[in-house]
Amino acid sequence: MIPENLKYMESHEWARQEGDIATIGISDYAQSEIQDIVYVELPEIGTELTQKTEFGVIESVKAAFDLYAPVSGEVIDVNESLLDAPEQVNESPYDDGWFLKIRMTDPAELGDLLDADGYQAHIEAEHA
Amino acid sequence: MKQTPLYQAHKSLNAKFTEFGGWEMPLQYSSIVKEHLAVRTTVGLFDLSHMGELEVCGPGANALVQKLSTNAVGRLTDGRVLYTLFCNEAGGIVDDLLVYRYADNHYMLVVNAANIEKDRTWVESHNDTGAEIRDMSEDTALIALQGPKSIDLLKPLVPKQAISEIRYFRFILGEIAGIPITISRTGYTGEAGFELYVSAENGERLWNVLYPEVIAADGQPVGLGARDTLRLEAGLRLYGMDMDDNTDPFEAGLGKFVKSKNRQFIGKRALSRKKKEDIARQLVGFQMLDRAVARSGYTVYQAGEHIGNVTSGAPSPTLKCSIGFASITSEAMLNDKIDIEIRGQLHPAKIVKVPFIISGQ
Repeated sequence: MIPENLKYMESHEWARQEGDIATIGISDYAQSEIQDIVYVELPEIGTELTQKTEFGVIESVKAAFDLYAPVSGEVIDVNESLLDAPEQVNESPYDDGWFLKIRMTDPAELGDLLDADGYQAHIEAEHA
Repeated sequence: MKQTPLYQAHKSLNAKFTEFGGWEMPLQYSSIVKEHLAVRTTVGLFDLSHMGELEVCGPGANALVQKLSTNAVGRLTDGRVLYTLFCNEAGGIVDDLLVYRYADNHYMLVVNAANIEKDRTWVESHNDTGAEIRDMSEDTALIALQGPKSIDLLKPLVPKQAISEIRYFRFILGEIAGIPITISRTGYTGEAGFELYVSAENGERLWNVLYPEVIAADGQPVGLGARDTLRLEAGLRLYGMDMDDNTDPFEAGLGKFVKSKNRQFIGKRALSRKKKEDIARQLVGFQMLDRAVARSGYTVYQAGEHIGNVTSGAPSPTLKCSIGFASITSEAMLNDKIDIEIRGQLHPAKIVKVPFIISGQ
């Protein structure tokens, strides 16, 4: 299940655009590969993010995984409910399991990301 | 990478694989948490065929095994199992293992997968009693059945013998579906259970007999991911992580497995000396006080001072917080408050007694 209305990174983060705001999460494919997510470490509101650089970490029972920013901008909201219920990332990666909202400095950066078809092809290539 | 006789069975269950001690082993079949909780509540089925089996036979067998073991192997009788350490002359731990006594002239040593060659060489190089040493690792499959339902599951499969009467750390020779098996009441999970030794050629047959019974009992096949979290909760150390050739039994918190009275063994002199000295560092259990995950290698602090390192760490599916072992200075043990550095940030933790959870054996 790869929603058509999102943009994706090869490192499996997604971005959903609403004006100059982007909501960020990880894909259903990523959560099913990582499994058993027990901890999420996210930046504070006000943090400036740069596209394709690390902004946080998720931990499964087995390992830690870095998260990369799909776009540059200021963090304006953080999904605090993940601190107590990180399993939402497994259960609802595109809705309840979102990480951040970013006010984009350059919405044109979204053009650098994969669309649903491109992401699908990327997963298939990675899995082959 | 080496594969066990059950590799195809794992493949057909769509297991995710991992490298462990030179072996390609199932990491998980479904989810580590699900598999872990199955062992705590119902039953789990494990392939442990990567473990090594060294047989020591002949009239010199008893003396050789005694000489190598820190624990009192001489007290074993037929059909009993003993946990012991092999130490080097300096008192460092060569390996931790189980010793099975089939007879006075027939022992089986069950050793860690990554140490098979090292241990075989160690045993051979100290063989001055003329014992016969056979490495049976390639010819042996090991399947474990662990969890509260394991006894009831196995009972009807071994109708001729009273499975429920095998006490902890004892074994019998039996058969399941006509396959000869060493049925051992042992495990590495903190739950009741069995470890079943079978010839490699019969390994897949035995797995296929047990698998549907495990599923019918609401159990799961269990990979090495959950094996690690289960042994951690049970407070069991892992060689290569929590101890190595440079760790002595006291530093590893395994001093009770060193029995020096009226017996000789390799490492005794060094260990007797050490016993009198203060032990500089010690392995302790810790529990995180927030949700952060402490993993092997992370640095441990107390009141801003570096006191040691995490040797094993993982989220505990039962306790829903992170737990682990850390090797810290003995002075630091006087205060149970510690901090663990995770990605540049200090996170609070406390020293706790192990096992972290008490279950049935």
